[in-house]
Amino acid sequence: MNVLNFINAFFSDSAHWKGYDGIPTRLWEHIWYSLLALAIAAGIGLPIGLVTGHTGRGGNALAMIATAARALPSFGLLVLMFIGLGLGLLPVMIPLVILAVPPILVTTYEAVRSVDPSPVDAARGMGMHESRVLLQVELPVALPLILSGLRSAAIQIVSTATIAAYVSLGGLGRYIVDGLYQRNYEKVVGGATLVAVMALATLGLFWIANRVAVSPGVRRSN
Amino acid sequence: MNGFFDIPSDLQHSWIGLVGLHLREALLPVLAGLVLALPLAQLCVRFRWLYPPVLWVTTVLYAIPSLAFFVVLIDYTGQSELTVMIPLGVYSLVVLVPAIVDGVRSVPQETLAAAEAMGFGPVRRYVQVQLPIAVPAIIAGLRIAVVSSISLVSVGALIGNQGALGNLLTDALFYHRTELAVNSVLTTAVLAILIDGLLVGLRILLTPWMPSGARPKPKADRPDPAAVALEDVSR
Repeated sequence: MNVLNFINAFFSDSAHWKGYDGIPTRLWEHIWYSLLALAIAAGIGLPIGLVTGHTGRGGNALAMIATAARALPSFGLLVLMFIGLGLGLLPVMIPLVILAVPPILVTTYEAVRSVDPSPVDAARGMGMHESRVLLQVELPVALPLILSGLRSAAIQIVSTATIAAYVSLGGLGRYIVDGLYQRNYEKVVGGATLVAVMALATLGLFWIANRVAVSPGVRRSN
Repeated sequence: MNGFFDIPSDLQHSWIGLVGLHLREALLPVLAGLVLALPLAQLCVRFRWLYPPVLWVTTVLYAIPSLAFFVVLIDYTGQSELTVMIPLGVYSLVVLVPAIVDGVRSVPQETLAAAEAMGFGPVRRYVQVQLPIAVPAIIAGLRIAVVSSISLVSVGALIGNQGALGNLLTDALFYHRTELAVNSVLTTAVLAILIDGLLVGLRILLTPWMPSGARPKPKADRPDPAAVALEDVSR
């Protein structure tokens, strides 16, 4: 019950809704960091995953890179980047992108690899160019899995962007870090609630994307 | 004086001590997750209708960021090791349940029928046939759980210095000693890779019938469900 009281106190205090440290500002900062990191990671992971998946080469190398990248602790990397590069967006983006590329890369590769070979052969037999085979046959069939890879990357980014507040950046983590320093527990719990809600909203968005983007025929066969 | 392994005294541990603490904080939750996941997964295999809701609950639990999770727990468990370990245990459980379910389900029907024909009861069939065949999938899940657990312990540094090697990061900023942060990142990464390697070795030991090289090739006509589901939940 205690936690619920804190949440209630935090959200009903009108001071938390305006100004530089207001909820809309912090929420927007968090969304902006997350979207930017996801866009960069997708820009790196999707093309490489699609091409390696299509050709079927380099799977082992990808798996090794993904394991190595996963072993790097994101919080440690963040602090290290902050020490090396100072304040700014770059030291936050590097750990977030390193965190998000492996799930996108590996799932995309696996998704394209696992497409049923007979429609692919049929497409080739119809004289489709390799790039059209990839984009018009393999991509739509692999889409649900690719989206799930993007989803786990997005969730990881949203939760890790919280930590960015520790190295003087904004975002929803600001409330948690500041609250812990100020012993203002109401703020801490309010911040934690906002992050959790945002992570769940991300989950919901990807569910909708799955409904909208995946072709009905592909969805039915799953 | 300010060497790589000179740990500030406020951490009250040597470097080796921090490594031990880190391993304990990271591995005990995974073990607890495994102990809980085995019966839960078995229930999901037995009662098929149970699996989708369990998957939903675990996906939602997994979406809760670790820092938020830690913070909410402080109210109940204080700024203690337990506050760090409970979320890590939950994350491990979430990774392991689908891994074990997919592993146990992937056992071919003929194998089960053969075991039954040889007079195996349900318990013996589960322990001696289904579990060993599911070992590769379970270990794949354990690898992801362990690596992410080792990485997430560091975040505990934010809630009252419960981050083991992660506490070096706070001290690196506090004392302006970059080498402490480098030490923390390198040691954590090496630990993760070492434990990951140990798990691969364990899989080779436990499944002598499989090729010891890379992971098994998925069948051409069907994606390897475990690999895909695991990638889905890897944090």
